[in-house]
Amino acid sequence: MQSFLLLTLILLSVGGYYLGRNRAFAVAGGQIRHLHSLPSFYGSYTALWCGLPALIVFAVWATLQPSVIIDLVVAGMPPELRNLPPDQLNLAINDLKNLVSGNIVSSTPDAAMLDAANRYRNLQLIGNVSLWVVILTLAIAGAAYAWRAISPTLRARNRVEQVVNLLLIISSTVAIFTTLGIVLSVLFESILFFRKVPITEFLFGTQWSPQTALRADQVGSSGAFGSVPLFAGTLLISGIAMVVAVPIGLMAALFLSEYATPKFRAFAKPALEILAGIPTVVYGFFAALTVAPLIREIGAAMGLHVASESALAAGLVMGIMIIPFVSSLSDDVINAVPQSMRDGSYALGATKSETITRVLLPAALPGIVGSILLAVSRAIGETMIVVMAAGLSANLTANPLEAVTTVTVQIVTLLTGDQEFDSPKTLAAFALGLMLFVVTLILNIIALHVVRKYREQYE
Amino acid sequence: MNKPTPAAAPAAFSRDIKTIVNAGLQRRHAAEQRFRWYGLTAISLGLLFVVLMFANIIGKGYPAFWQTYVQVPITFDPAVIDPQGTRDPAALESADYAALVRAGMRRMFPNVEGRTELRALYALASSDATYELQRRVRQNPALIGSSQEIWLLASATVDTLVKGNIDRSLDETERPIKDNQIGWVDKLQAAGKIEKQFNTILFSSGDSREPEQAGIRGALMGSFYTLLITFLLSFPIGVATAVYLEEFAPKNRWTDLIEVNINNLAAVPSIVFGLLGLAVFINFFGLPRSAPLVGGLVLSLMTLPVIIIAGRAALTSVPPSIREAALGMGASKLQMVGHHVLPLAMPGMLTGSIIGMARALGESAPLLMIGMVAFIVDVPKGIMDPATVLPVQIYLWSDLPERAFVERTSAAIMVLLAFMVLMNGLAIILRKRFERRW
Repeated sequence: MQSFLLLTLILLSVGGYYLGRNRAFAVAGGQIRHLHSLPSFYGSYTALWCGLPALIVFAVWATLQPSVIIDLVVAGMPPELRNLPPDQLNLAINDLKNLVSGNIVSSTPDAAMLDAANRYRNLQLIGNVSLWVVILTLAIAGAAYAWRAISPTLRARNRVEQVVNLLLIISSTVAIFTTLGIVLSVLFESILFFRKVPITEFLFGTQWSPQTALRADQVGSSGAFGSVPLFAGTLLISGIAMVVAVPIGLMAALFLSEYATPKFRAFAKPALEILAGIPTVVYGFFAALTVAPLIREIGAAMGLHVASESALAAGLVMGIMIIPFVSSLSDDVINAVPQSMRDGSYALGATKSETITRVLLPAALPGIVGSILLAVSRAIGETMIVVMAAGLSANLTANPLEAVTTVTVQIVTLLTGDQEFDSPKTLAAFALGLMLFVVTLILNIIALHVVRKYREQYE
Repeated sequence: MNKPTPAAAPAAFSRDIKTIVNAGLQRRHAAEQRFRWYGLTAISLGLLFVVLMFANIIGKGYPAFWQTYVQVPITFDPAVIDPQGTRDPAALESADYAALVRAGMRRMFPNVEGRTELRALYALASSDATYELQRRVRQNPALIGSSQEIWLLASATVDTLVKGNIDRSLDETERPIKDNQIGWVDKLQAAGKIEKQFNTILFSSGDSREPEQAGIRGALMGSFYTLLITFLLSFPIGVATAVYLEEFAPKNRWTDLIEVNINNLAAVPSIVFGLLGLAVFINFFGLPRSAPLVGGLVLSLMTLPVIIIAGRAALTSVPPSIREAALGMGASKLQMVGHHVLPLAMPGMLTGSIIGMARALGESAPLLMIGMVAFIVDVPKGIMDPATVLPVQIYLWSDLPERAFVERTSAAIMVLLAFMVLMNGLAIILRKRFERRW
C-alpha cells in the first residue's frame, strides 16, 4: 500500500521532470540560449517541487500515524479498559493489533475489544485514504507551482544545486548522528543500570555473576556485577595476542622493508594481509575446534591441566589475526623514516641489523607504539574469537591455561535471546559496552595522536 | 699525563681500532645473520598460519560437498498412499510415506526382526526420505502402484561412517552407530547400494536440526538481503559525504568534527554497533528483530567510514587540472563534480565499497545483538522476514556436537571465503582496469 504510493510519487516526479523540461523549451520559444539554465535543470526543478514536499509529509505521516491511531482508539475505549495500568494496557493494545492483522490472539476477544478493533480498522482506512489524497494533492500542486514559475529568467540551476548541496550536507552528518546514537543509547541504558547497581561496585567489584532473582529465596540469587574479572580476562587474552602478534608482525615488517627483494615483498605482503581479510568467525571456529584441543593434548602430554576453553587458545588465534595489523602499520612507519638516517648509519660502518636496532627502531618507536596501541584496541573489541573459544565463567586469574571470560563475551551472552529490557542483567551489557567504547576510544585517540605527531617530525 | 708522541699516536690508535673492529666482526656478522633469520622466520610463520588455516578448513569441509545416499526398493503401494483410489491431492499429501520407506528397508534385509532391531534399520535412512517420496508422488501420481529402486538420503551417522569418520574399533556404546547398523551398511556398500552424490541439499535448503538436511540457502539469502540494504544505504550516503567533505565543505570546526567522527567510527568495535542497533532500531523505532532490514542498517553504519575514506582518497587522486578545465568552460561546481570528477573517481570509490561490503559480509558480532542468531528453517523472502546470515550460521553450527555439522560448518566457511575472494578479486580487477595514474 505505502510502497505503491511511493512508486506513484516517483512516477509523478519523473513526469514532472519532462513537463518542466518541455515547458522550458516552450517559454524559450525553442531558443535555449534565452534560458538562464539548461532545460534539464528546469525539469529537475519541477521534479523536486513535485516529489520533495510530498516525500517529507509522507515520511512524517507514516511514522506518526500508528501511534496517533492507537491514542484515538484508546481514547474511545470504555473507561474500565482505558484506566488499566500501563503494562496491562500495552498487552491489550498488542492483542488489538493482532486482532486487526488477523494473527492469533492470546485471549478470546470480548465485545469491547472487537469494537475497538473495528474502530482501529476504520481509522486505519481513513488514515490511508487521506494520506493518498494529501500526498497526491501536494505532488500535483508542487508540480503545478513549479510549472507556472518556469520562465526564461528563473534561476533553476541555482535552486536545484542548493537542494543537492543540502542533501550532501545531510548525508555528511550521518557520521555525527551515528556517534551520537552510540553514545546516547549506551549512556542512557548505563545510567539506568547504575541506578540499580552502584557504579563503584561495577568498576571495582571482583565478583561477576549476572543473575537476577526471580524469587527472593532463589539459590544464587545474589546478582554480582563487578567487572574487574571481565577486564582482567580481556587483558589476559589481549596480552597473549600481543605476545604473538607484536614480535611476528614487527619482525615481518622489518624484514619486508629492509631485507626482502622487491619480488618477495610483492608476494609476501598481500599474502600476509589475507589474514586480515578472513572473517573473525572463521578464526573462532579454528580456535575452538583445532587450536584448543591441540593445546589441551600438548598440556596433557606435559602433565598440565589445561581448561578446554583456555585463554591461551583464544589469545594465540587472536594474535594470528592481529599480525597483519601490526605488520602493515609498522611497515608504513618504518618506511617513513628518512633514507638519510639509514645511509648515515651505514657510512659509519654499521651492519643492517645494527642500523635497524640502533637507528631505525628508536626513530620509528613512537609510530610503532601507536600501531601497537591500535592493535590492542582491536584485540579488546574483538568478539567472535572469544565468544567461540573463551569461557563463560568469570575467573580472576593470570594463568593462561585456565578459562577466562571477556567483556565482549559477556555482552553477547547477556543480550542474545529474549530478555525484558529493564533487568540489571540486560542493562549490564550496555554498561559493559560503554566501558568498551570509552576504552577503545581513548586508545585510538592516543594512538592516532602519537602517530600523527611522529609523522610531522619527519615531514 | 704522559702524552704519546704526535707521530706515533694515529698509527697505534688506528691499529687498535682495526683489531677491535676485526675482533668484533665475526660476532657482528653472526648477529646480522641471526637477525635476518628472525625476520624470515616471522614471515614464514605468518604465511604458515595462512596455509594451515586454509588446509585445515578445506580438509574438514570438502567431504561435505558429497552426501551419502542409499538405494532402496520402494513399492508405491496404492493401499498405503491412496486407499480410496480418488487421487485426491490432499490425500496424497498426507499419506504415510514413512511406511513405504520402512517396507523398502525391510525388503532389503528380510531377516531383521524385533522392534529395536527394526528401529535401528529404519534409522539408516534420513527422515527426508519420506518427503522425497511425497515430492515424487506429487510430481508424478502415475508412480502409484509401481515399484522402483530409489536413491534416498542416508542419515547423518551413516554418512559419517561411510566417510570414514567413525572409529570402528571403539566399543559399541561409545560410538553413534551400532554394530548391526555397521553390518548392514557394509553389506549395502558391497552391493553398490550406497553412493556418495553431489550435495545439492547444502545449497538448496535452509537450516535444520538434522545435519544431513541442513543447508545454507537461508543464510545465503539472508546475507544477500542484508548486504543489499547495506549497499543501498551506505554507498549513496558514503559517496555524498566524501564529495561534500572533499569538494564543497568549508574548512571549519563543523567539518573537522565530521572528520574526527568518521575516523573514530572506523575504529569502534563492531559489537558496539550491535548495541546501537538494539537500542535504537529495535527498541526505539520498534523494527522487527532478526530482520535483514535492521542487520543492513547496522552494517551500513559500520561500512560508511570505509566507503567515505576510500571515496575521499579516490577524489583527491583526481588532478586539480580537470576541475579547473571544467570550471574554465563555465561549468558550475556541481556540474564539474557530477560530470567530470565523480566519473573519474568512481572506480576507486567502487573498489573501496566492494572491500567494505566484503568486510560486512564476514561480520557477525553486531548481528548477534539484533537477534539474527535464531534457528530459522525457512528461506527468507524479503527484508522483513526473520533471517540469519552466513557467518552467523557458521557460528550456530560450530556449536553443534555432531561430526556431520563440523563438516558442514567448514563447507559453509569455504563458501563464505569463496565469496570474499570473489569480491576482493573483483575489487582488484576493477582497480587494475580503471585505475589511472595522472
